[in-house]
Amino acid sequence: MDIRFQFMKYRKIAAMASVALFAVSILSLSFRGLSLGLDFSGGTLVEVTYETPVELETIRNTLIDNGYDDSQVVNFGTNLDVLIKVADQNGNSSIGENIFNILESNGFKGELKRVEFVGPQVGAELRDQGGLGMLVALFMILFYVAFRFQYKFALGAVSALGHDVVIILGLFSVFGWDFDLTVLAALLAVIGYSLNDTIVVSDRIRENFRTQRELGSQDMIDLSLNQTLGRTVVTSLTTLLVLFALFIFGGEMIKGFSLALILGVLVGTYSSIYVVANMLMSLTLTQEDLAVPEPEGADFDDIL
Amino acid sequence: MNKFSITQYLLILCVVVLGFTYALPNLYPTQPSIQVAYTDSGKSADQPLMNELVTILEKNGSGYEEIFLRDNKIVIKFSTLDQQLDSKTILQNTLLDRVIIALNLEPTTPDWLKDLGGKPVKLGLDLSGGVHFLLEVDIDTAKQGRLELLLDTYRKTFKEDRIAFSDSSIKDLALHFKFRDQDSYNKALKKYRNDSPGLTGLQYIITERPSSNTLILEYSDVALREIRDYAVGQNLTTLRNRVNELGVSEPIVQRQGATRIVVQLPGVQDPTAAKKIIGKTANLEFRLEANSRTSPLRKEEFNFKDNDYATAFLEKAVVVSGDRVTNANTGFDESGFSQVNITLDMQGGRAMQKATSGNIGRKLAVLFVEQKSKSELVTDENGNNIIEQTTYIEKNIISLATIQAVLGTSFRITGVGNPQEASELALLLRAGALAAPMKFVEERTVGPSLGKENIELGMRSIMIGFALVVIFMTLYYRVFGIAANVSLFLNLVLITGIMSLLGATLTLPGIAGIVLTVGMAVDANVLIFARIREELKEKDPQSAIHDGFSRAFVTIFDANVTTLIAALILYIIGTGPVKGFAITLSIGIVTSMFTAIMCTRAMVNLIYGNKNIKELKI
Repeated sequence: MDIRFQFMKYRKIAAMASVALFAVSILSLSFRGLSLGLDFSGGTLVEVTYETPVELETIRNTLIDNGYDDSQVVNFGTNLDVLIKVADQNGNSSIGENIFNILESNGFKGELKRVEFVGPQVGAELRDQGGLGMLVALFMILFYVAFRFQYKFALGAVSALGHDVVIILGLFSVFGWDFDLTVLAALLAVIGYSLNDTIVVSDRIRENFRTQRELGSQDMIDLSLNQTLGRTVVTSLTTLLVLFALFIFGGEMIKGFSLALILGVLVGTYSSIYVVANMLMSLTLTQEDLAVPEPEGADFDDIL
Repeated sequence: MNKFSITQYLLILCVVVLGFTYALPNLYPTQPSIQVAYTDSGKSADQPLMNELVTILEKNGSGYEEIFLRDNKIVIKFSTLDQQLDSKTILQNTLLDRVIIALNLEPTTPDWLKDLGGKPVKLGLDLSGGVHFLLEVDIDTAKQGRLELLLDTYRKTFKEDRIAFSDSSIKDLALHFKFRDQDSYNKALKKYRNDSPGLTGLQYIITERPSSNTLILEYSDVALREIRDYAVGQNLTTLRNRVNELGVSEPIVQRQGATRIVVQLPGVQDPTAAKKIIGKTANLEFRLEANSRTSPLRKEEFNFKDNDYATAFLEKAVVVSGDRVTNANTGFDESGFSQVNITLDMQGGRAMQKATSGNIGRKLAVLFVEQKSKSELVTDENGNNIIEQTTYIEKNIISLATIQAVLGTSFRITGVGNPQEASELALLLRAGALAAPMKFVEERTVGPSLGKENIELGMRSIMIGFALVVIFMTLYYRVFGIAANVSLFLNLVLITGIMSLLGATLTLPGIAGIVLTVGMAVDANVLIFARIREELKEKDPQSAIHDGFSRAFVTIFDANVTTLIAALILYIIGTGPVKGFAITLSIGIVTSMFTAIMCTRAMVNLIYGNKNIKELKI
């Protein structure tokens, strides 16, 4: 058996790096928090496109003169697109139109691209639902993996997922990127993706524990990681290829979404190698844990 | 070894052909068209209307391609957008508000495909452009209204049955009656208990306070749920009517959750106008003008809507309210001024007849009842300044006209201003009343240019992503890579086919989901190929292929089920566009399992099966 990379030799360093990243994320999340997008914060957003670039400062002043003191005015994608965000004003749904009219009457003639209004109640609900959905997803996956594999794998898988989610959230918090519904969707997709990776690795560890009885658990895990390495790299690469295509060509509206996924694939690939394996090492997975014979590929042969 | 039976090949071929067939409608372009329906929603478009439309169009020389009847509507197809717009203007100016005309883009799916149930994928609002509203029905007001009705009923009943009470009121959504003596108290309690059983269970929760001879009556949960469902249902119907008035080709008006209603208007470009009509919490009341004989206690003073300084005294009694109006449209009177023709239902007609028969020569007012809200800065118990939104009702006179004759179920109001104002009044009369007020809790408007841009960007990312993966796979896995690429392409076709067939909605995140699927779908093949490479170290090529496929299957299956769990949860918690992502992701996972395993295997079997291979390039 050739073990090209001795992954587990560096497991302590990896564990420290993970813990450090995790800690920074938690700290940033608790002190800085997330910069919540409109879906979760509630409020109004107006996107207008102009034929010639306009001064953001003048737009800002015009809005302030008309009583919208707390509006954010930024460019969106190009310097012709202007995005105006107004924090919640007690669920008043006509702010968007008001703002557009104010701008038009002050000489900013442009094309209204979109108006979004989310009432405070809806924002809070989406927030709760999103958090709840994430937890439910994690638990259901924990059960599925525990049922298909064994609880130690399930703990490994779920800690890997928790690790990925918290670190991505942490990055969004540290850099102050907008966290909206599409980013949440990306995060759930990351859970799916990272799990994909985790299961492939776990599956191989399980198989090797049954067939390669002479090896110790560190070598066993290293062997499994090496065997799946080719696949892990290729899949991450193809997924990253399409995600970069999406990030570069997909337009401004799904930038956050593709960014979250790109980070997710990177962190997810790392975690399926180090977090899962590390957990299994710490929980000292043994032959007995996998004593019950599981259905192998042969069972599925007749449908192929 | 590594051979499929003919049946297996045919089965795979069958699925692939079906996928292509149902994906096909998406390749046909759309064609500008208009849809014409009668304003009166009770009437379906018919042959005479079609003949009329044909005559008008031919007289004006505006060409059209095809005209036909479909689902209560007449559809006219045009070859150019200009023709479509011109014809709409001509028809609208000729037929006025007898009909509602909606601009649309008709798919040009050929008939044989339509017969098979083929249709293009529905586009979400973020791709087609349009308006999305979420409205919340104010149930407490509906409950309060029902309680007031109940209070009136019991006051009357108790008086008739000589049950003496000293006090009656509504407090905190409960009815409070204080009786004069033990006897009345017992009788009332008996009455309540008799009235309580309903078809679905007990309607009332009765709290007895014998010491003070007080009975408190609340609606039970069953009754409250019924009130809520009735209010939401009623508002849904009213909203559907109002939305129809807007002339949108494929609107969606749906209940969401217990008390919310979603309204989606694809293609609508002016959210303000749409909101004005949808959000109108207006009603109308017909009342007689007070005269010298009317007691001061029974009259009220109101402002005119278009003139703040003019007022008039009206009787307090309402002759007929807006919900009795079955139809209303505009026309012109003998001297060419705008008028509104109104039709009432039987009950409304009788009331109108009774009220007008002795009152010819007096004036009848139409009172416009509007629910408005205002924001106020108030200080709460913690000393913080908060903005509080309160709703209040404003009533204004919109028309005060002399009664010329005894009125019945149909009559007209003249002197209603310009044609624009007349048709607005007619619209308000038609649109009916709401059972409970509503407020907008979410609004998303996507302009048509942004929608188009989103489609273009989305499609470009799919193509670029696809191309990159295809190049990579071919370079890395050679023949097997090509098989995987064909499978990947089939996967895209199947996703499109299934989405079209299910009538699922494609959104921008949905496109992103497809892009992601392109990246992840090759994973299954990568797993299989990696496994084959490994097996090759110990086995001959044929067994390596065989074992590679079967060993990898378990892994692929487990990995995909878990992703499916995540997608499913996303579908449940997500709204709108995000749901679209969950849909494409889920469909993509299922189809990718089929294409990556079955289709790739079939191709590999066709290439290598039953042959003596010395060396496998993978």
